[in-house]
Amino acid sequence: MTTLTFIKPDGERVEVQATNGATVMEVAKENDMPMLAACGGSLACATCHVIVDEAWYEKSGEIVEAEEDLLDTAHGLTNTSRLCCQMKVSDEVDGMVMTLPPMG
Amino acid sequence: MSEIHTTDVAIIGAGPIGLFSVFQCGMLKMSCHVIDALPATGGQCTALYPEKPLFDIPAAPNINAVDLIERLEQQIEPFKPTIHLNQQVCELVKVGDLWQLITSTGLKIQARAVIIAAGAGAFGPNKPPLENIEQFEGSSVHYMVQKRENFRDQRIVIAGGGDSAVDWALSLADVAAEVYVIHRRDRFRAIPESVAQMKALAEQGKIELVIPYQLASLEGEGDQLNTVVVKTLDGEERRIEADHLLSFFGLASKLGPINDWGLDILNGVIKVEPTTCATNVEGIFAVGDIADYPHKLKLILSGFSEAAQAAHAAYLIVNPGQALNFEHSTTSGVPAL
Ligand SMILES: Cc1cc2nc3c(=O)[nH]c(=O)nc-3n(C[C@H](O)[C@H](O)[C@H](O)COP(=O)(O)OP(=O)(O)OC[C@H]3O[C@@H](n4cnc5c(N)ncnc54)[C@H](O)[C@@H]3O)c2cc1C
Ligand code: FES
Repeated sequence: MTTLTFIKPDGERVEVQATNGATVMEVAKENDMPMLAACGGSLACATCHVIVDEAWYEKSGEIVEAEEDLLDTAHGLTNTSRLCCQMKVSDEVDGMVMTLPPMG
Repeated sequence: MSEIHTTDVAIIGAGPIGLFSVFQCGMLKMSCHVIDALPATGGQCTALYPEKPLFDIPAAPNINAVDLIERLEQQIEPFKPTIHLNQQVCELVKVGDLWQLITSTGLKIQARAVIIAAGAGAFGPNKPPLENIEQFEGSSVHYMVQKRENFRDQRIVIAGGGDSAVDWALSLADVAAEVYVIHRRDRFRAIPESVAQMKALAEQGKIELVIPYQLASLEGEGDQLNTVVVKTLDGEERRIEADHLLSFFGLASKLGPINDWGLDILNGVIKVEPTTCATNVEGIFAVGDIADYPHKLKLILSGFSEAAQAAHAAYLIVNPGQALNFEHSTTSGVPAL
């Protein structure tokens, strides 16, 4: 099991256990995090936007052009913004911390 | 007073599952009115991926999303549903025995039962979450351009990096006093020739590309904007004096008013009893992407089945005291309404 930490918009930190191979979006939904993920991971909505803690950003995996394109339609972007339906859970990201922006 | 429509079932959302709900209700001889915020039926299929093929629709091994919607339209045609487009359902209240829906255009519909097939909410412009943006909407903040002439000799800020942003930058460069394009990075998601044209205009000083910036805040008096504040990702700020902001970030869906109807909602989905799709409020059902229960799969396939469950459960509310005879379509045929 891999541990991930979500920081909710109200500041509450929630540590969750995740199965390797799942997407971070699936893990967030399973744990009832405040996240719409409206398109169910088909890279069509940008409502799974997370801000990855800087220390973990490099490890969060490669960003394909389609994700960059969709990030153009997200708001409140940072240098470490990701769409978490495109991030896979693995040993590499054990301990990763992510902040959830307010739900639109 | 505007006219009030009455029907057996009001369906909120004309996505694939709202459309198929018309069919299932029709087979049980219930009439339907359907409402959608978009100018066309089809929900996500039409708005987000019209040309993509689907491979997991039973007995349709490979079908484009637009074609799927067209076939659903054909299938419900015999039931003559009334479909009201371009309006959002804003209110849902009980009036006597009936549910009354009021839309953003003032239309009123009264129904014995309501099926919510609202997906992730009503589609509308993806608005930047700036605190006071609504104050300027319609006067100096716009999500689409109706008349190019309205912008003659005005100072225009265009935000976004897709086709709309690029096309309007090109078009308005001729008439506007100043055109600024705010985008978070150098790459634009638009036809390469148009992007090249825009960059050429920028070199000639006809427009200014403000990159890499994103919108930070708006300032103005009443509904008249005077300054658009933008920031780089590292927080460096720039103030642009402007008369209008054109915001082009595509479509987004918003649950909006559905949150206020007393339904059991968590993170954008409504809890239902999976065998009937009944919500916690009697007479209101939810189907498709917006309906949630343990192990829910957000698939069109599941939504179709939910539409059947909901229609059969709604029958008992629309026709109290009447027996519901279960019939196969091979027996009943397609009944006339
Ligand atoms: C890129 C992509 C690919 C996909 N591929 C597949 C696939 O291969 N197979 C599959 O099964 N599924 C797929 N899906 C998912 C599928 O599209 C959805 O499950 C399906 O669209 C859900 O249908 P729905 O009718 O429940 O909701 P939607 O299609 O979301 O339609 C809901 C409609 O309700 C309207 N609405 C909401 N609230 C209101 C209101 N208050 N007033 C008026 N109108 C309102 C909205 O404007 C919208 O038009 C895909 C989705 C995407 C984005
Ligand atoms: S869930 Fe829609 S883009 Fe990630």
